[in-house]
Amino acid sequence: MNISRRRLLILLPAAAVAWESVLAGTPESSPNYKMSEHWWSMLIDIPKCIGCGNCVRACQIENDVPEGYFRTWVERYHVTDENMTSPDVMSPNGGKDGFPSVMEDHGKYFFVPKLCNHCADSPCTQVCPVGATFVSPDGVVLIDQKYCLGCAYCVQACPYGCRYIHPEKRVADKCTLCYHRITKGLTTACCEACPTGARQLADLKNPNDPIHAFLKTHSVQVLKPQMATGAKVYYNDLDGSVR
Amino acid sequence: MSGVEGFMYPNEIELQWSVLIVLYPFITGLVAGAFILASLERVFLVEAVKPTYRLALLTALAFLLDAPLPLQLHLGHPERSPEMYFTPHSTSAMAMFGYVYLWYLMAVLVLEIWLDYRRDIVILSRKSKGLLRLIYKVMTLGSSNISPRSLAIDEKVGWVVTLIGIPSAFLLHGYVGFIFGSIKANPWWSSPLMPVVFIFSAMVSGIAAVMLLYMSATKMRRKAIDMRCVDTIAMYLFYIFIIDFSLEMLDLIHRIYEADESFRSLNFMVHTRLYFSHIVIQIFLGTLTPLILLFLTQVVKLTEVLRKRVYATSGCLAMIGIFAMRWNVVIGGQLFSKSFLGYTTYKMALVTREGFLVAIGLTILPLIFLWILVKLLPPWPEQSLHAPAPGD
Repeated sequence: MNISRRRLLILLPAAAVAWESVLAGTPESSPNYKMSEHWWSMLIDIPKCIGCGNCVRACQIENDVPEGYFRTWVERYHVTDENMTSPDVMSPNGGKDGFPSVMEDHGKYFFVPKLCNHCADSPCTQVCPVGATFVSPDGVVLIDQKYCLGCAYCVQACPYGCRYIHPEKRVADKCTLCYHRITKGLTTACCEACPTGARQLADLKNPNDPIHAFLKTHSVQVLKPQMATGAKVYYNDLDGSVR
Repeated sequence: MSGVEGFMYPNEIELQWSVLIVLYPFITGLVAGAFILASLERVFLVEAVKPTYRLALLTALAFLLDAPLPLQLHLGHPERSPEMYFTPHSTSAMAMFGYVYLWYLMAVLVLEIWLDYRRDIVILSRKSKGLLRLIYKVMTLGSSNISPRSLAIDEKVGWVVTLIGIPSAFLLHGYVGFIFGSIKANPWWSSPLMPVVFIFSAMVSGIAAVMLLYMSATKMRRKAIDMRCVDTIAMYLFYIFIIDFSLEMLDLIHRIYEADESFRSLNFMVHTRLYFSHIVIQIFLGTLTPLILLFLTQVVKLTEVLRKRVYATSGCLAMIGIFAMRWNVVIGGQLFSKSFLGYTTYKMALVTREGFLVAIGLTILPLIFLWILVKLLPPWPEQSLHAPAPGD
């Protein structure tokens, strides 16, 4: 093919512009990431949580979470001998701004960070009428927001209250386990911002992940095990009163 | 936050399913119930209810045309709803909606109405003029043979369609019950009895609706109400109402006796936020009162005028009761936290997309549909062009 110098000078900038637009439409690449090699989960070490709300703030900034909705939040439990089955629980503004000082001396207080449990047998993905929400091969429950109808059936089906309808996008929204970060070898925004290491991202398929040793040596539980959802957020030292 | 008592998970405070989702099972229930009443005459040969046969079919169609509208208005992205047909998710109960709806609309209801009215449509297409003539011509679908043999075939096929229609009506509404009953996260909904309760409550509301429509339309047309017909309908309404109430009470007693972890929370809700709509409206006003009234008509010899009044009152109360039941299921199921530690409030907006005025509009719309259908296809026995079919 014969291309004159003049023609080449016109074509090159055009090709550069075209290539820019191709790149813009391509998802951020993670060349070394193989979904089949991971099975993501999270470990929450309840005694380490101090209820500072850093995780909630980090999540809201990282994921542009709308005001008044939460991909993660922190609850404070107050359990006394008299109210073991109906504890006093609070989560003002999702714990984003911390908690008021403790006034009562009796009973025990502790914090419980909550987020999507990325269930292996998730009831939310089961009910989606078009399959817009799904479990990825690496164990993360995600939503295709370009496909979601916004029927809110998944919100009803989640036993943990982790989903909401995004007020502007009018589709279901929830924690993605910072999928855009973990596929690049980073940890989640909430784990990174936690000052005490109460939240740890874990990869159950990685034999060198410290979670394996932790699960062997600690009393670990998931939320609402009776729901049989295959929840993958593991809580260390979870009190029986936690709902 | 105002309206919240105790602890709710932070994303639970706002209700996801509004009054429009209350309307949806109410409307599909009317469809299923009206169809079952029509099938009484066609399949179970209850001759006395014949004057309501065609009206029941047209009522079912009018409400079925309205049924998807509340769902569409509720969706965040209604323009994506065709995806339910093209890429349905096999594990989702809701993905069935489009297919069940289309099957019931096209394969059952429209087909049955067309077969039953075909002779009338052909005659009307010959007698009418102008636009009406064109409409009737289109409605014949090119089938203008009204020979006795052809009509006998219509009758036979119509009978088969009704036979298929009965389980289809159960499917349509039982499936709506399943949508709620299969949500294990919500103890107020999660019950295998839910589809059965929905079917029987649908029959109650549909039969009551057709009875009321027949009585009011006949009165408006200044004709005599066929008392043998309404007496029979009221009798069926009474017996089906007893089954419906027994099932609901069975569910309630089971919950009270079992008293699982959710019981304290649900019990509190029924005694506070749902007290008026559940105990007062649904159980006392909408169920026990019409049941007692209908019982009286079965055991005491009442005059015709009194019987008409009792039927009208108990029909209206039954409709209110069934609407309250839908309200208590849909709204009640979202008022408590899945943590069982708190309660929220439903605030119905007035003029928003899912507000009060839209709900009123969607309740009136099927009556407009019905008016048009009745004008096009008169269901009244004395206007019928329907010659007795062979074997009638």
